[in-house]
Amino acid sequence: MSILVGHETRVICQGFTGKQGTFHTEQAIAYGTRMVGGVTPGKGGTEHLGLPVFHTVTAAVQATGADASVIYVPAPFAADAIIEAADAGIKLIVCITEGIPIHDMLMVKHYLAAQHARLIGPNCPGIITPGQCKIGIMPGAIHQPGRVGIVSRSGTLTYEAVEQTTRMGLGQSTCVGIGGDPLIGMDFIEVLRLFEADPQTEVVVMVGEIGGRMEEDAAEFIQQTMRKPVVAFIAGATAPKGKRMGHAGAIVDGGAGTAEAKYEALAAAGVHCVRSPAEIGAKAAEVLGA
Amino acid sequence: MNLHEYQAKRLLAEEGVPVPRGIAAFSLREAITQARELGGPKWVVKAQIHAGGRGKAGGVRVVDSMAALEQAAQDLLGKPLVTEQTGPQGRHVAALLIEEPSAIARELYLAALVDRSHARITFLAAAEGGMEIEDLARDRPEALQRVIVDPLIGLQPFQARRLGFALGLDAGQVQQLTRIMQGLYRLLLRMDALVVEVNPLALTREGRLLALDAKIVMDDNALYRHPESDELFDSTQQDPREITARQFGLNYISLDGNIGCMVNGAGLAMATMDLIKLHGGDPANFLDVGGGAAADKVTQAFKLILSDQRVKAILVNIFGGITRCDLLAAGIIKAAEEVGLNLPVVVRLEGTNKEEGERLLAASGLTLISASGLTDAAVKAVAAARG
Repeated sequence: MSILVGHETRVICQGFTGKQGTFHTEQAIAYGTRMVGGVTPGKGGTEHLGLPVFHTVTAAVQATGADASVIYVPAPFAADAIIEAADAGIKLIVCITEGIPIHDMLMVKHYLAAQHARLIGPNCPGIITPGQCKIGIMPGAIHQPGRVGIVSRSGTLTYEAVEQTTRMGLGQSTCVGIGGDPLIGMDFIEVLRLFEADPQTEVVVMVGEIGGRMEEDAAEFIQQTMRKPVVAFIAGATAPKGKRMGHAGAIVDGGAGTAEAKYEALAAAGVHCVRSPAEIGAKAAEVLGA
Repeated sequence: MNLHEYQAKRLLAEEGVPVPRGIAAFSLREAITQARELGGPKWVVKAQIHAGGRGKAGGVRVVDSMAALEQAAQDLLGKPLVTEQTGPQGRHVAALLIEEPSAIARELYLAALVDRSHARITFLAAAEGGMEIEDLARDRPEALQRVIVDPLIGLQPFQARRLGFALGLDAGQVQQLTRIMQGLYRLLLRMDALVVEVNPLALTREGRLLALDAKIVMDDNALYRHPESDELFDSTQQDPREITARQFGLNYISLDGNIGCMVNGAGLAMATMDLIKLHGGDPANFLDVGGGAAADKVTQAFKLILSDQRVKAILVNIFGGITRCDLLAAGIIKAAEEVGLNLPVVVRLEGTNKEEGERLLAASGLTLISASGLTDAAVKAVAAARG
């Protein structure tokens, strides 16, 4: 078991023939992901990396039975790509693209609310179920099938958590990078709910960041609903107020969204918090008694 | 991207929001001409900087003679203004807004913004204005009124009326407020703004609502579709290193410590700062070189870090995913050759092609301090900065 993606997931790539789409699709195929085709408007009917190319997502879904799509199209066109995927009946949309205007994301969120599609990202590394399915830009080799579910707002920090849990011999059930933007698809709570129900996941590692209320909301959910242990690290404890730390979402306004407020809420919910990102793996092992 | 008050007011006026009569001035001579054009004998002289707290810091002055106006303009123009929000170095005042004074009966707060928790455009309002909204939200959250807009139908007049009556306005004033809110909403969309804030929204003794101060923050991600943003951008309001960084696709923010940081990924960059603090050091900057960092980008990143005289040691922390450690190592070697590296550099490489990267660095003849793991890297960097 795992969550959201596995051996059976049939994946297409939007922005397939571009530089990013090509490189990461090659990597995904090499990892064993079941890539079934790609979409580049204007190049339908051709072949790329041995896979069929389609003009539209609808055509790709009809021909390949794809149920997941990964998006590498540039920011000005990414919102359209997400909405096209949802409209075509794709159930899981993973948007890697960074820098989508927030007003575009307002429309995306509004549209998706009435659909059955799930969105991961944007501005995220993607999702991987080790040994089965890699959708995104993460280095596959550091992963190992196992017991830890990882959910994170940051890309490279996810890799840190993965590397540490692999080194500890724990491995990962599924790793989900939910993205660093202020407006994203799936949030902590939605992913935590899935991990809670997944028999393979024994402990969840949650990597948060300053800004917003997502970690505070997750703390409330954990306290009320979760039985599995959660380990958390929040990046940005030392970030100065009012400065935007790369991720558009990572900004502290006034007293809201500070690392302290988040740590406090999580600790009160019984979450095992670590103050150093180097201690994530060790804490997960300790919690599991491994 | 922040806009100045005078720019925000011009945009608000274009959308039919009443603002005080006023003109921006970029020199002493202009200040005098603009004041004459407005007519006297009283004016408000407002320093234009991208930070709040101007009033308390002497950046807003009411003057009642041309001589006093000249004096105020001379005091402010071309100098840094230090407020509680600027840090000790202050912000350069390149422009003044000269306005006609208004007789105020009451002040309110009004803002339209992109509300991340609801994924909607939301209006925030309060029956008392002038104070920082963050303080009000913290101290008296019940005083804040919220209007959430449905993106399909937009702001509805009834929502504005309901808000207006709740704020204690009379029927005529509620009509004015409705037009003002519709103007803010149009402006937020038109400018791809994250926030359009009017604080205070003044009620004059004559019963007119007037935007006394205004702030607009545009979404950096949307600037590509706003050619007018080139002209609205004011480079004097930003750290020059941050501007250079942006040109090279680097994400750099200047901080107060002495350990220069170069990291890939925003989250890891923040976590690296946290680690340095945790081990008793102080980061000099936040720097995310981004994914797939190439050699010349790394060279530029090094130059940026070294241009900060306070830096005593550098910590390079890379987790190679798309970024290949060998390419990064090549960038470090190239940078060392070009800029003459004479500070201790702690390097921690992890991930894709880590061994090859470490081999390159070892063979380069550079005196680097290699670290294994996050904690080791932070401890070594803190020790190196202490000398």
